[in-house]
Amino acid sequence: MDNIAGHKSSLSLVTNIAVLCLVVIWLIPTVGLLVSSFRDREQISETGWWAAMFPVESAERMRPEPEGVTQDGDYYVLEGNVFEAGSGSVSGFGLTGRDPGAAEVGQTYAWFEVEVTEEDGEIDDERIEIAYPADGEPEFPEATEDGLPITPGSAVLQRSLTVAENGDFSYVNDGEISRAPSLYVITKQPPDFGWQNYRQILTSDGMDRAFINTLTVTVPATVIPILIAAFAAYALAWMDFPGRGWLVAAVVGLLVVPLQLALVPMLTLHNQIGIGQSFLGIWLAHTGFGLPLAVYLLRNYMIGLPRDIIESAKVDGATDFQVFTKIVLPLSFPALASFAIFQFLWTWNDLLVAKVFLPSNSESWVMTVKIADDLLGSRGGDWGILAAAAFVSIAVPLVVFFAMQKYLVRGLLAGSVK
Amino acid sequence: MSPILQGILTIIIGVGGCVGYFYLSNIILDRFVFPARKDDQGRNIARATAVRPWLFLMPAILALGLYLVYPVVGSFLRSLYNRSGDEFIGLGNYVQMFSEHGFRVALFNNFLWVLFVPAAATFFGLLVAQLTDRLRWGSIAKSLIFMPMAISFVGASLIWKFVYAVDPNIGIINAVRDYFGLAAIDPLQIPFWNNFFVMIIMVWMQTGFAMVILSAALRGIPEETIEAAILDGANPFQIFFRIKIPQIAGTIAVVWTTITFLTLKVFDIVYTMTGGNFDTEILPSYMMSYMFRDDGRATAVAFVIMLIVTPVMIYNIRQARKEL
Repeated sequence: MDNIAGHKSSLSLVTNIAVLCLVVIWLIPTVGLLVSSFRDREQISETGWWAAMFPVESAERMRPEPEGVTQDGDYYVLEGNVFEAGSGSVSGFGLTGRDPGAAEVGQTYAWFEVEVTEEDGEIDDERIEIAYPADGEPEFPEATEDGLPITPGSAVLQRSLTVAENGDFSYVNDGEISRAPSLYVITKQPPDFGWQNYRQILTSDGMDRAFINTLTVTVPATVIPILIAAFAAYALAWMDFPGRGWLVAAVVGLLVVPLQLALVPMLTLHNQIGIGQSFLGIWLAHTGFGLPLAVYLLRNYMIGLPRDIIESAKVDGATDFQVFTKIVLPLSFPALASFAIFQFLWTWNDLLVAKVFLPSNSESWVMTVKIADDLLGSRGGDWGILAAAAFVSIAVPLVVFFAMQKYLVRGLLAGSVK
Repeated sequence: MSPILQGILTIIIGVGGCVGYFYLSNIILDRFVFPARKDDQGRNIARATAVRPWLFLMPAILALGLYLVYPVVGSFLRSLYNRSGDEFIGLGNYVQMFSEHGFRVALFNNFLWVLFVPAAATFFGLLVAQLTDRLRWGSIAKSLIFMPMAISFVGASLIWKFVYAVDPNIGIINAVRDYFGLAAIDPLQIPFWNNFFVMIIMVWMQTGFAMVILSAALRGIPEETIEAAILDGANPFQIFFRIKIPQIAGTIAVVWTTITFLTLKVFDIVYTMTGGNFDTEILPSYMMSYMFRDDGRATAVAFVIMLIVTPVMIYNIRQARKEL
């Protein structure tokens, strides 16, 4: 439109960027969940999911037992591997916790005692730390970090550490090694993605059972109200009888009745007539709660069907039942699909009705109840497991959503724009 | 019997029963009750036509009556009795409730929810609808922003637990704070504002709904009005606020009220995020904390929610009557 008037909107670039930002903001939480669900538990606690593509580095303090110390001249040497069990990759190491990555693999990191000349001309001893290639010789600086000149050739080795990438180390000390020395290494693990979280929740954590329970609740609770509502909607749209207007108004009113009201009385009733907390109970409840929207949506759609078709069919001798099943029902497919998606998403995602109308034992937990009442408590800090569980529960709705979006949008429009 | 088998059986019995009911009741009506035979053919056809709508409506009316109409009365009556249900205490539950801190907090928070969530969701929905209107990749953008609608409230809450986590290696908020050298915070424990952190989840989910409806409404605006405004020299902002907004005001109101109703019913988010702790309780979650413990109190809370909804319900019914 702006183009028609002759000036291309200068807002175009801003618009693109703004929309991009909004989309990214909207997606970030879900992407975080998805990425986390595939990550290894250890890695989740080391780096954020946004760094999942990079190797995870962590500094560790190693205390190898002083066993097999050999003597080499004035020095004592301890050799071994920093990875006591298994293997790993070292990217850096050091001798203090303040700088655990002082040297890179392949280097030797050493402490020397050197003579320095103080500003007042006095000679003093000071410790300097140097990293140099393991197969080379140390190069001593001419002055310390404070700028004090070092007497050349005065360096005496105190201790040194050499670590190879595979973890082999050699520790040299100028005194006897009687206690385990503290060595610091920075280990590097490659990104670890896998199905292990999914495997665990689906095999040992009982999410598979919850998935089947959800499916069991959802399918009948979607199919049955559609049938009942379709007949009612046809009657409200195409049959003449006294009180029709009031019934339509009642349906509109019932659309907004909070279902919290139904919980106590209906559960009491279910218990009295012997249904109790059961799958049958929740199917009936979902049917009742879904009907107002179903009748409303379907009636709005059916009343828009061409009058000629229905009337000429009636003139030809078709009964209402035939008109409904042979003409109206097939023509109403888009509206039926819309409502089916709504009801499916609603029952699949429901927590409230499932908590009240299903038994509260673990065999009957649906996925939402399983996550909210069980996993969040028992596995509260286990983010990988939680993420995988959440993703199992939202995967099916997402597939339905993206596959049937057209019908969902159409249904929303029919239900709201009046 | 395994639940799957039971489910399949229910579908067969349920669907078969429904089809059977509708089919057989029609046949019985036409052949046996009011058969269209020679002598009183006309009268019987008329009678059958008068009865048939009620055959079609019967199952729906029964289900609606039982699961939505009866509970309004049933809940109200139950709320007049004490916890065990054997002693009539009048409005005792209500009096007791209003004097308690927990209920007043829930009522106040619910008030915040009803103010903030529909407003924010409608605002963002309108923003996205307008911005994506002429964008080449607009439909993809809309589809992605719409996506949270398919996710359960529980799933969404879990997703946002990752955002709000205190550990800077999990929670993105604290990761950013950590980057700038700030101490980690728990957004869900900051008094008053934690309500808004919980509400953001609902806004995140409902913006897509508002966007879809408002986007369609924007498309429905007659082009001539916009062309005329451009010819008169209006800038894009004037066109949006002076030309477009007034024409879709009705739709905005519908979106707003729809989200308001939803907001009044949702207990899942608070239940999953905070369990109602740290003064984040709202009426639906407050009600669930009494469910199974004190039916009298639970029904009283439910009835308060009903009372809040009633004015808009009456308005909706009036509108529907007008259109008929």
